[in-house]
Amino acid sequence: MSSASGGLSFDRPRLWMPVGMVIFLLGLVLTFQRFYFGLGAVTNLTDRQPWGLWVGFDVLCGVALAAGGFVLTGIVHLLNFERYKSVLRPTVLSAFLGYILVSVGLLYDLGKPWNIWHAMIMWNPHSVMFEVAWCVMLYSTVLALEFSPIVLEKLGQDKALRVMRAFTLPLVIAGILLSTLHQSSLGTVFLIVPGKLHPFWYTNLLPIHFFLSAVSVGFAMVILESFVSGWLFRKSLETRVIADLGQFMVVALMLYLIVRLQDLNFKVGLLNIFDGSIESWFLVSELSLFLLPLLLVFLFRNRMKAGVLAISAASTMGAVVLNRLNVGIVGMARSGGFSYFPSWREFALSLFLVTGGVTVFILCVKYLPIFPESGQEAISEKVE
Amino acid sequence: METLGMLIDFTECIGCGECVKACQQFNSLPPNPDPEHLSDRNYTVVLRYEEQYYRKLCMHCQDPTCASVCPVGAFTKTEQGRVLYNADKCMGCRYCMMACPFGVPRYQWSKAIPVIKKCVFCIHEVNGGKETACSWVCPMGATRLGRRHHLLDIAWSRIRRHPDRYVPYVYGENDAGGTSVLLLSGVPFEQLGYRMDLPQGPMPQLTWQVLSKIPSIVLTGGVLLGGLSWIINRRIQIETGDLKENELAGDKEKEVGDE
Repeated sequence: MSSASGGLSFDRPRLWMPVGMVIFLLGLVLTFQRFYFGLGAVTNLTDRQPWGLWVGFDVLCGVALAAGGFVLTGIVHLLNFERYKSVLRPTVLSAFLGYILVSVGLLYDLGKPWNIWHAMIMWNPHSVMFEVAWCVMLYSTVLALEFSPIVLEKLGQDKALRVMRAFTLPLVIAGILLSTLHQSSLGTVFLIVPGKLHPFWYTNLLPIHFFLSAVSVGFAMVILESFVSGWLFRKSLETRVIADLGQFMVVALMLYLIVRLQDLNFKVGLLNIFDGSIESWFLVSELSLFLLPLLLVFLFRNRMKAGVLAISAASTMGAVVLNRLNVGIVGMARSGGFSYFPSWREFALSLFLVTGGVTVFILCVKYLPIFPESGQEAISEKVE
Repeated sequence: METLGMLIDFTECIGCGECVKACQQFNSLPPNPDPEHLSDRNYTVVLRYEEQYYRKLCMHCQDPTCASVCPVGAFTKTEQGRVLYNADKCMGCRYCMMACPFGVPRYQWSKAIPVIKKCVFCIHEVNGGKETACSWVCPMGATRLGRRHHLLDIAWSRIRRHPDRYVPYVYGENDAGGTSVLLLSGVPFEQLGYRMDLPQGPMPQLTWQVLSKIPSIVLTGGVLLGGLSWIINRRIQIETGDLKENELAGDKEKEVGDE
């Protein structure tokens, strides 16, 4: 078996450990508070704004930022761009962990999380939330199966590995369909609140906006993860691969912005977005972050350096995060009488979840063949 | 059975607050409710705007948004017209609170096992008729129960008879697709915090028009993606010489059969 050395070692613990421990301990205390005293004890949520940071960040952003999974599996397995295979495993891993984080975040946010399984037996096909619940459930299963070959390879289960490989394509197609559905449906969730969600964001094209921005940020996340992994594990960058992915990202962004800006111009008028309101500041910041990558690509089109690429990807990620927070929190604030700002406990628990995710990622890289070196990869992929 | 309704004529309300007290009592709600806002401790409030008193409570929509958005179907519209909530089903996602066009459902934020609280349209059989706690107790008859279409007739005839007394609008006739609770007012409804910008058709349509397309998206998408990958793979195989000319025909039949 190829996985003798497992993966790469992580040798930056001195920076990480103390901070991580503090967040971890604080997270445990707050978790107890949350479940023992109720949502009101740790969040600033009110009847006027019943959804806050945990829906806006943990769920909406979490799902969007995990979009790298379906985007890259589609490119590698469906369109057969073999050369992106080198970044496939870390991407599938982070998407899988991302969806686990979303589910855990949901358990914190739900008032009665022990009833979460009700969505499986108490059907309401008219509910967007019902559809999202099913898609997330099924897609998490797909991701677990897509991730399983890595574990099977480590365990040396060649037969099981061959069986799983046979299901690669159907799984990838199922993953793309399920992702298309729930990425867009998270936008559909807000179609039911006309007049409550600020007109800067409310549009019947919300599902399309959510889907296109998810695809853009999917590419951005693959690029960013490559940079971060390169830094964390002191491994060399796949410069050509991420430069190519950067191009994909820019095309996806352009497509998104054409749809978004046209729609915005039609609904409120592009000049009216500078009306000086709080919403205006958030919208303009969001759009600037979306436009920055395009500007950078235009300026540096002949010399796409790693730094430019990293900034473009980070900007795209920031833009999508801000967009989801704007739809979920900022855009709803006026109708809620500006009664909500997340408590430090909400921030701390979100940070706790993210820290947990990063820790598991690092452990996986350490013990599983997530970054197979080129020689090993050649052997392991031949099982096909 | 035809749906019941509740007609509340704000111009007749004297602000005595008997309805609030009766509501607390009949629904076994904790004492000392918030006098100004709906909360998990009170299902209705009586408020004052200049010279007029008015009420807030669940409107019991004809096609309730809360029932349509709830992922586990915890809300139901009964044949009588009540919109009821089943706490045993609820998982606490609070989408109903987000989605309600009237901002009615309230949450028990300070409880470890929280549930949604809102008016239940508590129908009681009194003196051979049907009454809710608030309609039964109202000394002025400002809140009254009846068949919805009958109440609509009453409301419009009042407006016609006293055009100087009422704004010419029966709130809830068509707002958000119509509600079981109907309101009459002498003051424009916006000023009482009642939204006038709501769709005049059922709100659930807003999401259903997207959701109903899902089966066709899945079918079309599945065929497109499957076909795409089939074509690409075949071309790669042919290009790399993995397939011989004479294998092509037989192989193709086999693959079609597999599909």
